[in-house]
Amino acid sequence: MTGNTQTLRRLSLLGLATATAFLAGCAAPVKVDYTAFRQAKPASILVLPPLNNSPDVNATYSVLSQATFPLAEAGYYVLPVALVAETFHQNGLSNAADMHAVGPAKLKDIFGADAALYIKVTQYGSKYMVLSSAAVVTAEAQLVDLSTGTRLWSGTASASSDEGGNNSGGGLAGLLITAIVKQVLNSMTDASHPVAGVASARLLSAGQRNGILYGPRSPRYGSDPAN
Amino acid sequence: MNNSLITRLGAGLGLIATVGLSGCVAPQQTLYAWNGYQPQVYAHFQGKGPEEQIIALEAGAQKAAAQGAKLPPGYHAHLGLLYLNTGRTNQAVAALHQEKALFPESTKYIDFLLNNMKKNGS
Repeated sequence: MTGNTQTLRRLSLLGLATATAFLAGCAAPVKVDYTAFRQAKPASILVLPPLNNSPDVNATYSVLSQATFPLAEAGYYVLPVALVAETFHQNGLSNAADMHAVGPAKLKDIFGADAALYIKVTQYGSKYMVLSSAAVVTAEAQLVDLSTGTRLWSGTASASSDEGGNNSGGGLAGLLITAIVKQVLNSMTDASHPVAGVASARLLSAGQRNGILYGPRSPRYGSDPAN
Repeated sequence: MNNSLITRLGAGLGLIATVGLSGCVAPQQTLYAWNGYQPQVYAHFQGKGPEEQIIALEAGAQKAAAQGAKLPPGYHAHLGLLYLNTGRTNQAVAALHQEKALFPESTKYIDFLLNNMKKNGS
C-alpha cells in the first residue's frame, strides 16, 4: 500500500520531470552553426532564380525580384538578378531546376560571386479559409560557398497578408518589414507579390536570430553576436 | 470647465498625433536609396517594355545624385541591360562600367558581359 503510493509519487515526479524537459526542449531555439560562414567571409552573393513548388507561376520571379533588398542592406554585393537570369537563358537554361543543377565551380567561373543563394518557394498565393482569404508566401534558402561547395547558412520564413503590421519584430529586419507591410495593406491588385517581399525580408535580413550574418558593406559587419 | 477640459484633451491628442506622425517619418536608415529598383526588375520579369523602366530608373538615379545617396547593387547593371535591349549600346557599356566602379565585387561578371557584347558585335 505504502509502496504503491511511493511508486505513484515517483511516477508523477518522473512525469513532471519529463514534462519540464519537454517544455524546456520546446523553448530552447535551434541554433545555426556559423563556423563555416565566419570562415568563408562572403562579400558577394549570386541569387539563383528560385525553385517554385507552388501552383503560381509568378512565384519564381516575384521572389527573385525582391531578394536583393534585404541582402544588400545586410551588406552584400548582390549580382544583378535580371542579368543573371538572362545569362542562364542565353546558355540554354530556362527553368530554375536546371539553373540550380549547375555546379558551384562553373557558377563561380562565370559570375565571380563568393556565394550562391538557393531559394525554394514552398507556398505562394491565396489561401482560402472559412471567413477570409489570405495571401501566403513561404520560402526556404541555402547559402553555399562557391569556392568549396560548403553550405554556410540555411533558413526558412513565411508571411501572410492576414497578419497586420504587428509582428514585424525589432531591428533592421523589423524596419524593412514594417515598410513593406504598409505596401501590402495598400496593394489591391497583386496581393501575393508584396507578401513575398515581407517573406523575403524575414528570410534574408541580417541582425536577427538564426539569420544571415552582416556582410562587408554594412557598418555592422563583424558585430553579429557570437551565437 | 468642461470645454477647457475638452480643449486640453484635444490639444493633448494633437500632440500625441504629431509625435506619432513625426515618429513615422523616420530618418533614412537604409544603406541605399532604392528608388524603384526592385519594382522595375519585377516589371522586367513580367515582360513590360524597357522604355518605361529606363525613364523610371534614370529619374531614380538623378534623385539619388541630387541627394548624394548611393544606389543599390545591380541598379546600374540593370539599367545597362535595358539600354542594351533598346539598342543603346554605348549607354549600356557606360552603365556596366559604372556598376563595376561602384561595386568592384562585380568585376568578373561585368567583364564577362562586356566580352560577350564584343563577341556579338554589339
